[in-house]
Amino acid sequence: MLYPNRRWNRLTKRALGLLLAGFVVLALACGPADAGLFDPKSFDLDNGLQVVLIEDHRAPVVTQMIWYRAGSADEPLGKSGVAHFLEHLMFKGTRDVPMGEFSETVTQNGGRENAFTSYDYTGYFQTVAADLLETIMRLEADRMTNLTLTEEQVVAERKVILEERSSRVDSTPTGLFFEQMNAAQYLTYPYRIPVIGWESEIRTLSLEDALEWYRTHYTPNNAILIVAGNVTLDVLRPLAEKYYGVIPQRAQPVRGRPHEPPQLAARRLEMFHRQVTQDTWRRSYLAPSYQWGERRHALPLQLLAQVLGGRSTSRLYRDMVIDDQVAVRASAFYSATDVGPSQFFLFAVPRGDTTLDVIETRMDSVIAEVLENGITQEELDRTKGFLLAQAVYARDNVQGAARMFGEALTNGRTIEDVESWPDRMKAVTLDEVNAAARYVFDKSRSVTGILRARQPS
Amino acid sequence: MKMIRRTVLLLAAVLIWAVPPSGVSAASIQEVRSPGGITAWLVQERSIPMLAVEIRFRGGASLDPAGKEGLANLLSGLLDEGAGDLDSQTFQGRLEDLAISLSYNAGRDGFSGSMRTLTEHTDAAFHLMRLSLTEPRFDQEPVERIRSQVITGIRSREQNPDTIVGRTLFEKLYPNHPYGRPSRGTSKSVTTITVDDLRAFVDRRFAKGNLIVGVVGDISAERLSGLLDQAFGSLPEAAENSVSVANVVPVAAGGIEVIRRPIPQSVLMWAMPGIKRNDPDYFAAVLMNYVLGGGSFTSRLYAEVREKRGLAYSVYSAVVPYEHSGIVLGGVGTQNGQLAESLSLIQTEITKVAREGITAEELEAAKAYTTGAFPLSLTSNARIAGMLVTLQVLDLGIDYLERRAGLINQVTLDDVRVVAARLLDVDAMSVVVVGDPEGVETTP
Repeated sequence: MLYPNRRWNRLTKRALGLLLAGFVVLALACGPADAGLFDPKSFDLDNGLQVVLIEDHRAPVVTQMIWYRAGSADEPLGKSGVAHFLEHLMFKGTRDVPMGEFSETVTQNGGRENAFTSYDYTGYFQTVAADLLETIMRLEADRMTNLTLTEEQVVAERKVILEERSSRVDSTPTGLFFEQMNAAQYLTYPYRIPVIGWESEIRTLSLEDALEWYRTHYTPNNAILIVAGNVTLDVLRPLAEKYYGVIPQRAQPVRGRPHEPPQLAARRLEMFHRQVTQDTWRRSYLAPSYQWGERRHALPLQLLAQVLGGRSTSRLYRDMVIDDQVAVRASAFYSATDVGPSQFFLFAVPRGDTTLDVIETRMDSVIAEVLENGITQEELDRTKGFLLAQAVYARDNVQGAARMFGEALTNGRTIEDVESWPDRMKAVTLDEVNAAARYVFDKSRSVTGILRARQPS
Repeated sequence: MKMIRRTVLLLAAVLIWAVPPSGVSAASIQEVRSPGGITAWLVQERSIPMLAVEIRFRGGASLDPAGKEGLANLLSGLLDEGAGDLDSQTFQGRLEDLAISLSYNAGRDGFSGSMRTLTEHTDAAFHLMRLSLTEPRFDQEPVERIRSQVITGIRSREQNPDTIVGRTLFEKLYPNHPYGRPSRGTSKSVTTITVDDLRAFVDRRFAKGNLIVGVVGDISAERLSGLLDQAFGSLPEAAENSVSVANVVPVAAGGIEVIRRPIPQSVLMWAMPGIKRNDPDYFAAVLMNYVLGGGSFTSRLYAEVREKRGLAYSVYSAVVPYEHSGIVLGGVGTQNGQLAESLSLIQTEITKVAREGITAEELEAAKAYTTGAFPLSLTSNARIAGMLVTLQVLDLGIDYLERRAGLINQVTLDDVRVVAARLLDVDAMSVVVVGDPEGVETTP
């Protein structure tokens, strides 16, 4: 695991994992799609549910995704993990639809489904033959409001989640270390708490906690419905009204995110773990996003991350891996889409006997060079061309597009924001990227992490 | 993060789940034969100005010479690191400037390449692919760089429970066969691979005779035909293999091996002899497995181990065919104190299916899923191109998409009963556990 794990799924399967991995690359490389590429249509129901349609008629397939503006960063203190817990429990059936029937309906027709929870949202999706759209809309609308849970189901599912935590965090040194890094980065912002929750708090989550979360957040005015694939607006609108339109809205939950105080001191973490067989180095800098802090830097930072560390022609790889031969990997990563404060990551794996001290010194000198002289126009132009081409490839993956729009809209951006991304990206100047670099590379807002093989004697 | 783990399974997963596409029918697949004798299967898709090309050479990492394990894998990382007059950075820069993606991957039974290009750069993309396959440079800097990356990767995973459990299981199943070796090699074997070894691989194993091509996108058959000759026309007629891979039945001695590690969760994998893809009972086995542990949220293992008792997040089984062998395998991850109970539940469910087969309702559900999932998975050009290659590799015929549902639907309850009785046998089940399980020990 290179970068923090931000999405948690009901089931992690190899095939699905690959799909999601592909999506992350796409979203990262391409950010949103090209203007007019997807040309989504959108309308609102009277109860406040926003509906978005992305048409793709190449195949008789349709994907339904429902996104709730409720993620782990919205959880009450002491209840970490409840958003993800409820996500699992949403598969336990409703008043009228017994447990298993929804999943069986999807799979009996060859479809697939899953769900995911992140800091800022929770989502559910199914991909099915287009003629099954009405059925899955009926079932998804039903569980927005009619979920029923028993104590027995809650107890068993809590154990499942503890196993999930065990295998995805507690059994992996990198998973554990990222939790520590995030807890060190954020002073009060809830991104300091892992999406899956702290083990001690997961153990205390109750049936009532889950239902309270459900009642508060699962209301149509707090959700976005994305439908992508072989369907038209004429077909979709009446179905949306029939099944989702009848759900009464409840009070709009207030997103009360705390103000993150300024970080004034660089932090440094070192962890030794017996399972580690290769030392690694990473650093995160607190960074603005599209929605938080100095937003004007967000788009330039996306370009900066690509110039520095996206590919094998990027600066970090060229300098540290090819020219100096001190590292086998050296990369940068930044996500602009978070509602709250984001992070700009640097990561390196030393080559052979190279020490982490050498890695850090070299990384610092690459950053110093960027701060002093900036990146070059050639680097910027090349990166822009690459990202624009990715937008064409994005059209080959309508489910990825659905995910992009879902995340953007859930986190407070608009369809226009997404569609205009390529044009805005093209317009970013060299000065803007270099200004963003000077803004973000402030060591006093960083956490440097060293993960080592064993305790030195 | 998790999916990258059981690398041995990935290839198999492709064969099992990553079946084929949707707006695609047998009628839309054309066979294109170039003047130079290269054959490709093509699906035209004009709605997006791009092209996806998948190729495979038969023969993969299993053909790596003893002591040179990891040769095919190392090569797969080096073909795009400089070719012809273009050194590594120039080659990578050219790909990037034209937004062409080109990558190679070494599987156990085949060596694959994937290329994706915008229509406007089609000629350049085929040209770069040709260079990478026929004139790779193997300059010292990229060779040592990629070698160090591979070795670092191997070392990073050494203490990963999933890596240990998978490696140990395959060593037990295939003690004297290439399938028992790690296809990425070991630190030691990768260190010994020379540029001569890499060149010999390219000279001997890339040939017209073992090449398979699938293309999807914005291109005419005529244009493709010319490009096929440009890209692959200079390859030799036939591959020569200094080693051959024998058909093999995996060891079925049963028994448990516990590898003690101080971790809270035990990771378990099990396997028993399975079947190959060309076995007439293949679909009966696939349907059987769907009911046992293949169906994500609906299988018996999912219901018993996860849904009812909350013992695990991940519990599964799979029918995995290789070219020269086949296995049925599965796994679970659970707290050390629950490992014995989980294993016992899994064995009980296996035995139940072996003795009683499955119910008529389960068979219908499995058929509906298996017939329906195939078209639903064919939603992108790249996936469809991959499917075109798979159909040719397995020799399933160009009309397979039309026949597939029929082949599945003709499977009877009796067929499943017969194949279950033939394959599922807990006495033949090899089990490997990594962790600190209570009440489970290595059997003598």
